[in-house]
Amino acid sequence: MSAGAQPRYRELGLTDSEYELIVEGLGREPGDVELAMLSLMWSEHCAYKHSKKLLRRLPVDGPHVLVGPGENAGAVDAGNGIAIAFKVESHNHPSAVEPFQGAATGVGGILRDIFAVGARPIAVLDSLRFGEPADSQRSRYLLEHAVAGIGHYGNSIGVPTVGGEIYFEPSYEQNCLINAMAVGMAPHSRLTSAAAAGPGNILILFGALTGRDGIGGASVLASAELGNGDDAKRPTVQIGDPFAEKKLMECSLELLDRELLASLQDLGAAGLTSSASEMASKGEVGLDIDITKVPLREADMEPFDIMISESQERMLCVVEPGKVEAVLKVCEHWDILATAIGTVTRRPIFRILRGDEVIGELPVPLLVDDCPLYDLEPQAPTAPLYEGGDQRIATDATPADTLLALLASANISSRRPVFEQYDPVVQSRTVRRPGQADAAVLALPVLDVSSAAGGSPVPAIAISIDGNGRRVAVDPRAGAAEAVYECAANLACVGALPLGLTNCLNFGNPEKPHVAWQLSEAIDGLAQACRDLEVPVVGGNVSLYNESPDGPILPTPVVGMVGKLPDARRAAWLGFADPGHKIALVGGFHPSRDGSELAKLQGSAPAGALPAKDVAEIRATHQQVRDGVNSGAFLSAHDIAEGGIAVALAECVVACGIGARVTLPAGLDLFGEDFGTGFIVSGTAEDLAGLEVIGEVGGEALEIGGVLDLPISGLTEAHASGLADLLR
Amino acid sequence: MKFGVIRFPGTCDDVDAQLAAQRVGDAELLWHRDRDLKGVDAVIVPGGFSYGDYLRAGAIARFAPVMEEVVDFAQEGGLVLGICNGFQILCEAGLLPGALLINDHLKFVFRQVELDVVDAMTPFTRECPPKLSIPVKHTTGRYYSPSPVQVVLRYAPGHNPNGSQDDIAGVVNNAGNVFGLMPHPEHAVDLLTGSADGLRIFESIRTAVGERVKVDL
Repeated sequence: MSAGAQPRYRELGLTDSEYELIVEGLGREPGDVELAMLSLMWSEHCAYKHSKKLLRRLPVDGPHVLVGPGENAGAVDAGNGIAIAFKVESHNHPSAVEPFQGAATGVGGILRDIFAVGARPIAVLDSLRFGEPADSQRSRYLLEHAVAGIGHYGNSIGVPTVGGEIYFEPSYEQNCLINAMAVGMAPHSRLTSAAAAGPGNILILFGALTGRDGIGGASVLASAELGNGDDAKRPTVQIGDPFAEKKLMECSLELLDRELLASLQDLGAAGLTSSASEMASKGEVGLDIDITKVPLREADMEPFDIMISESQERMLCVVEPGKVEAVLKVCEHWDILATAIGTVTRRPIFRILRGDEVIGELPVPLLVDDCPLYDLEPQAPTAPLYEGGDQRIATDATPADTLLALLASANISSRRPVFEQYDPVVQSRTVRRPGQADAAVLALPVLDVSSAAGGSPVPAIAISIDGNGRRVAVDPRAGAAEAVYECAANLACVGALPLGLTNCLNFGNPEKPHVAWQLSEAIDGLAQACRDLEVPVVGGNVSLYNESPDGPILPTPVVGMVGKLPDARRAAWLGFADPGHKIALVGGFHPSRDGSELAKLQGSAPAGALPAKDVAEIRATHQQVRDGVNSGAFLSAHDIAEGGIAVALAECVVACGIGARVTLPAGLDLFGEDFGTGFIVSGTAEDLAGLEVIGEVGGEALEIGGVLDLPISGLTEAHASGLADLLR
Repeated sequence: MKFGVIRFPGTCDDVDAQLAAQRVGDAELLWHRDRDLKGVDAVIVPGGFSYGDYLRAGAIARFAPVMEEVVDFAQEGGLVLGICNGFQILCEAGLLPGALLINDHLKFVFRQVELDVVDAMTPFTRECPPKLSIPVKHTTGRYYSPSPVQVVLRYAPGHNPNGSQDDIAGVVNNAGNVFGLMPHPEHAVDLLTGSADGLRIFESIRTAVGERVKVDL
């Protein structure tokens, strides 16, 4: 250590007291490679040291759960022996530094999590947040390049991108959010654990060469606030190669199909260090890894470089000695480099060897379990944390002008300019694409002549991803709960019953009391809503320190949900089906203006109170919508969300190009919001008998009795222009 | 009849093409390294990103061992269908005229497009109605040819997704037995997933192969 510099462990992100614990646990000072490994395993990104205690509040059990939190991805039972594995993860900080590669490798990383558990990835969704695009060249740049990166990876690897969401708020200006969710499918029997097993078994590293990319990404990028000078961090962003991952995926799935592996794990944050130590920890065994065996992309790499490199498209597996040759042969078929780099040992010690020389020797529990967990010190803020933005809609605008302005706003306008950059149909399962329904619908059986439109029922899954930081900022507990209700409502619109949930908790610096309060309240809200709807949490990810010098991001829990439906042929559409059909309002919809899109566009800060929820009514409403869809009574179904009932009706009209004539219940606010509670459905008069019918499908305009009358062309133009104009 | 579907590393729509072909006949996958077409009656070069397509799209795949067999098969009159990346590869291999350039808007585009069948006499379109609704998905789909070509499919007015010359979506070679198109007929074989119009192309191939066997007998 040179004079005046701070100790190496502090540069690597460890505190003085954490370093003391390490010295105490080891009985000596750690060496270079050991310190590098420990600093990463004890980072927020790997150890969840500020969030783990809170996450224990989430319900994780349910009748459909096959694999809960702790493995690379959770999994639920979709019936007929089919398991659905899924998980959402963030890649926020890398994307803020280099959006194309950050977003691309975010997709690559979450896909590896899925095939690491033995499931073939069948869908990607993404949840994105940027600053106000109208004011910010930087936000438009981040959006354009992040979307291109997601498309580049997902399109090239042959996994459809079937859904997602994008919101723009000033708080994400410096710190954008890129959350990617992947969903995979496997027979129950192929689900694979990452637990290393069988002392004497061989550890094989396969896939890309190990280079210097992403060194320290987990600690440098993911576990600290962003600030000025982030360009210097660009070398810590990894570079994605979807072609390499495509081969790696096919190779991994073939290895599992042939039952050649004892366990499988992907290499993500903290590279070999994290993957290997987690495998050892789960299997309660030790590992010897010889770094001279690791195939390198460049010469002169230091041992710690090799151990913490975050080079992409690599996997690690444990193989019985008798099966090594067969494994290498499958890898060769796929042009995948595979190398035996170590062995499983009995004592829970992770040894790093350079040939015969031991250069690191760490107890596995010290690496994986002994990082201290911190209690947060939550404190509700006494003053508002976020300011209002520019006023973009006059408070005295007419209802017609207000509706057009909402439809053209960045947060509500058509997402077509973005989702047209993604392939939603590869793998031939996609029954509802983006823009066609409130949730993506994927058929489970392979479709053939017999399952075509006229044949027998087609069981399917539905997927949605939701989150609204603005409403969580108003009330972290109620806002987080609303995200769960809304996600379930989206599934209900296609007739799907929720099976499980994954979440990504994007928050600011948890060491600050008001951010700790947001996090704690939001987790309580998520936990309550999951219990309310009986949806267990099967996995997820926490992304903290999403702050810039201007302050924390809006608290942004993102919820991804998978449900199942009995017959994809009946999945309801977003748009109305036919002129003459009736339109009904279903559910206890109690809108208010606080935290609404209109309030934002009028310049209000996210403050006030969200509508109270009647959980029994929400449950009954969702069941009613599912039943209506699955019986074939509801041909269209759309939940009312941002922009309120006027926007929801306009979205139905724009989606189908047929007008509607509606009379709203007296006193119902056109633009007030409530999430997960109210639905617009349509069907024949007989099928909607007994419901609160508010109008009829038909004509060339959206007429809301006594309030507004706008031609379809004007609505469509406004809706299409918003995002497209910003991206031009 | 039996279709053969070529699989290069990086091919994505191979299984989709196989499933589509299996709706009208048998279909099996053919590995890029094997110089063996296994006696198939028609070859499909499917979509995807062969060898990653980090060089010009299709530029590496044309050198794959299996492509030597495909070229011989085509020169002997065998029916070859190239879809998207397959179209790019067939152009690179010289089996089809012209080239595919980066889209005029420089981005990947997925869109359900309307197509006009301008030549319904080819072995690939004889069962097709005058209009088809089929999705496109590509970054490099802008067709260009400096000399006249035999156009089979055009994007309907207003549907050109990439700036293709004269709205060209699909062409055949002079002999009429090699067909390349950017739209993905294998993703339009079931109303449940959006459209069944693409199935007509596979049915056309089956009909053409059936007639050819009769003639040969």
